[in-house]
Amino acid sequence: MADLGEGEGGGGHKKGPGVKKSKKLSTRVDLTPLVDLAFLLITFFIFTTTMSAPTAMNLYLPKDTDKPEELNKAKESGALTLLLDKDRSVYYYEGILQVDGSNFKQAPFKDIRDIIMDKKQRTPVEDLVIVIKPTADCTFADVVDALDEMTIADIKRYAMVDVSESEKELIAASRGANGGK
Amino acid sequence: MGRGKIARKSTWVDMTAFCDVGFLLLAFFILTTKFKAAEVIAIVTPSSVSSKEALTEDQCLVTIGPDGRIFISFTEENRRVEVVDDLNKRLGLTLTPAEVQAASTVDFFASPLNTMKSYLGRNKDERNPAALPGIPVKDSANNEMNEWIQSVNNVFLGEQLNLMVKGDKAVNYPAFKGVIDAFKKNDQMKFQIITSQQPIPDGSPLSKRARKESIKE
Repeated sequence: MADLGEGEGGGGHKKGPGVKKSKKLSTRVDLTPLVDLAFLLITFFIFTTTMSAPTAMNLYLPKDTDKPEELNKAKESGALTLLLDKDRSVYYYEGILQVDGSNFKQAPFKDIRDIIMDKKQRTPVEDLVIVIKPTADCTFADVVDALDEMTIADIKRYAMVDVSESEKELIAASRGANGGK
Repeated sequence: MGRGKIARKSTWVDMTAFCDVGFLLLAFFILTTKFKAAEVIAIVTPSSVSSKEALTEDQCLVTIGPDGRIFISFTEENRRVEVVDDLNKRLGLTLTPAEVQAASTVDFFASPLNTMKSYLGRNKDERNPAALPGIPVKDSANNEMNEWIQSVNNVFLGEQLNLMVKGDKAVNYPAFKGVIDAFKKNDQMKFQIITSQQPIPDGSPLSKRARKESIKE
């Protein structure tokens, strides 16, 4: 209680007839405006606050080099290449792309986790390399999601590379086969 | 015995407890609140499982808008002046010292270098960053981000630099590629992408590893 002395409800004890009654003022304070103010400020801070602080994802790029002896060699058997295309569709192939495109497959984006996990189980850890190739039509979110999949699947070696001409042709041909989308 | 007196109850409500709760909540929100950083355009960041908080000091932030425009910003005002000064000296932008100093009030740089002079010469009220064309990056022969990052390198030489990229979900890859090409060219191999957090999917290797680590602790 914000009431220290005897308030109006308390009623003082009787004093003798000669004793002058000193008027007791109530020390009770009306807190209502204070509460009003407090809740006004609370509302303000609730509306201005950003509860989810932005997080940051680290990305380390490899250095571009012209000398072939400095390049990291990837074993053909351990490589998985993901091509990110528009409308969240993914083309992928294992190892080296066959000339006739027979190992070139397509999948929706949500399936790539299974594709990566499947590849990971079949390949020794030290051989596994995932190559992410974003095409000009994919979005920033696709790239970030693909990099995020690497974290989720705990892939140690992955790289971001540009799409080659032969792959572009295969994607174009595959789009044509799917009704010219 | 007379009639029983009807006790006149006071309508006074004790506000103390209410007040306590109110201020407790107030204290909580004041302490946890972080004001949204100035944003030139609304950006919806993609989400990732990363739980590391983005650093907000010594920042060089490259923002990619939903329409592919590129903005660059620095948290510290003296850095803005130093970077513009470096650009001016290296590329001969013919900025006057007053125009270089005016850079300290610019929150977002988003004009091609050849219009820098007219932009900095304007009054603060007349600079609307949302209407600017953005830094050109898509043409690899004329990627002005290269010049910016080179100046950033010169200014932050040997000092802490948090290079960050904040891109909109829907922006196409070539804009992002233009930015990372500029980073690569200037040996800035390490940078951070600003994302919003999403939960780690169950049963994935990452969630298994996270669980193992939490048991160890």
